[in-house]
Amino acid sequence: MVLVRALVILGILGAGWSTRAYAQEPSLVDLYKLVAAQGEQIKLLTQELDATKAKLASTDADVKITEERLVSTVEFVEQQSTGNADGANWWDRTRVGGYAEVHYNNIDAEDDSRNKKETDIHRYVLYVNHEYNDRVRFFSELEVEHGLVKDTADGSNSGEVEIEQAFIEVDLNGNHQAKAGLFLLPVGILNETHEPNTFYGVERNNVESIILPATWWENGAAVSGQYASGISWDFAVHSGLEMPTSGSSSYRIRSGRQKSSNASAEDLAFTGRLSFSGVPGLQLSGAYQHQTDMSQEAGDGVGEGRLLTAHAIYNQGGFQLRALWAQWEIDGDLIGQAGADDQSGWYVEPSYRFALPTSNLFTAMGVYSRFEDLQGYREQDQFEQWEVGMNLWPTDNVVFKIDYRDRSHQVSAAQGRDFKAIDLGVGLQF
Amino acid sequence: MSFMQMRMIIGFITLCAALLCLPMAAAGAPAQADQVYINASTYVAERFAGEPPAQETLWPSSDLRTQLKNILGHAPSLRFKYWGAGGKTVWILDEIGKDRPITAGVTITDNRIEDVQVLVFRESRGWEVKYEFFTSQFANLWLDRDQQLSGKVDNITGATLSVKAMKRMAKAALLMHRATPQAQTTLADAR
Repeated sequence: MVLVRALVILGILGAGWSTRAYAQEPSLVDLYKLVAAQGEQIKLLTQELDATKAKLASTDADVKITEERLVSTVEFVEQQSTGNADGANWWDRTRVGGYAEVHYNNIDAEDDSRNKKETDIHRYVLYVNHEYNDRVRFFSELEVEHGLVKDTADGSNSGEVEIEQAFIEVDLNGNHQAKAGLFLLPVGILNETHEPNTFYGVERNNVESIILPATWWENGAAVSGQYASGISWDFAVHSGLEMPTSGSSSYRIRSGRQKSSNASAEDLAFTGRLSFSGVPGLQLSGAYQHQTDMSQEAGDGVGEGRLLTAHAIYNQGGFQLRALWAQWEIDGDLIGQAGADDQSGWYVEPSYRFALPTSNLFTAMGVYSRFEDLQGYREQDQFEQWEVGMNLWPTDNVVFKIDYRDRSHQVSAAQGRDFKAIDLGVGLQF
Repeated sequence: MSFMQMRMIIGFITLCAALLCLPMAAAGAPAQADQVYINASTYVAERFAGEPPAQETLWPSSDLRTQLKNILGHAPSLRFKYWGAGGKTVWILDEIGKDRPITAGVTITDNRIEDVQVLVFRESRGWEVKYEFFTSQFANLWLDRDQQLSGKVDNITGATLSVKAMKRMAKAALLMHRATPQAQTTLADAR
């Protein structure tokens, strides 16, 4: 570049000299001075070029250093704001979350004395999970039901504080895990997945309350496996039910839950589940549970119990169909005479979920209908119920619900309990 | 304790021991941390037939960051690493399902999804998303004008949050691919 510029200057000077040649011939001394001046100029230009090159190299190095510093800063900022995916720090390996639901029930019963207008914070749950390392982790859930717990003289109290989960899970290998502690039993649809934004209806279905007493947790140990075919299995050994044999809750399955509180372990129970979810949108699952003594007491006329349950869930686009069936068979003379040895229930629930335009306050809306048939032991636990309703999600983890229920009992003595109800609810998880 | 209970407990312990020994018997070595199904460099090499190009970095523009935020539901990273050659880009992304990040590899070719694989799964539920019967649903999908996937990806009951995390990563990769020289190559070829 410098050479080109020098030649151009020489050319111009040369042209000027040839023009002047007509006027006055330059002397040899003049030419020498001219060449010397040009040499000096070339030397200056060369020095400037070297300086520029050095500066450019220095700038390149500075840019590289700045870029490296920028990347380091970005990585640091991202780690501070989102945590480390690899969980190098304990706080990256500890998660806090929860869910809650608040209900309003307006019940118009056949027997007016059973009418009810009520609002209730049904449950508020906080969970804390911690990963000790890639293979060992802890799960826990602490729940407050119905808003408060208080001491009363007669022991009456609608609220409860409960530990729903507290267990250690260990990866045995890529597809198998073992866990021990207090965990949710692998039965039904809602027992393990019951955050309010994941199901329809302000109140949970009755089959998974009266027959499958969800939320149902026990102390024990379990193993599970999952395979690429979509087949999975679970097997658990755990504390059993302690079903009352007298009083207003006699032979009521739900009242048999010991809730892991100084639970009798005289007679353990075993639960196995086999599921298939290898076709997207489809889940088929069946579970069997064996209770070695439903009342935890020998010779009281109540013996072994067997629970068999199956469910199917099918999704196609926004359409979903859920169906569940569950049945108990309980051995024993006394329970047989009472007619409580066979308790069952089923429900079917079609629904459709629409995505709403993004400009809308709500991102999705779902409508559903549910029919339930309950054959529990108590008169009030033998009924059919129709239900229709709607869920509105402003975001995936928040839901507003409205539904209408119509319950009809089969036993005439319980028909005063028939009701029609409108329910409102708000639920969330985080 | 009844004879039946003893049998069940002994059976349970035997089952645990058998499962614990399974990987050692198969591989002849103790089991490693098992949540990593395929490491990122192996995935990238596989997608480029063993000859991966140099890693590149995409610094999203303000407009792209806004679009990514709409898809992800949270502020996107300040920069994304990717590998690109011809009309193909490979992205390694993290998204939280319920509690923990799922790491997925997403390969985009000619603005369509060529492949999605879960590289690391850390969640307690939703194990189904790591298997091919789920991930194969993403093949050949593209991003439509509303920035939605062009076809349906069926949900998995009990794994909704993991499924949604996978969809977010697929959409983000399709969107970011458009901002790379590899997408421009494709457009130039199309013209």
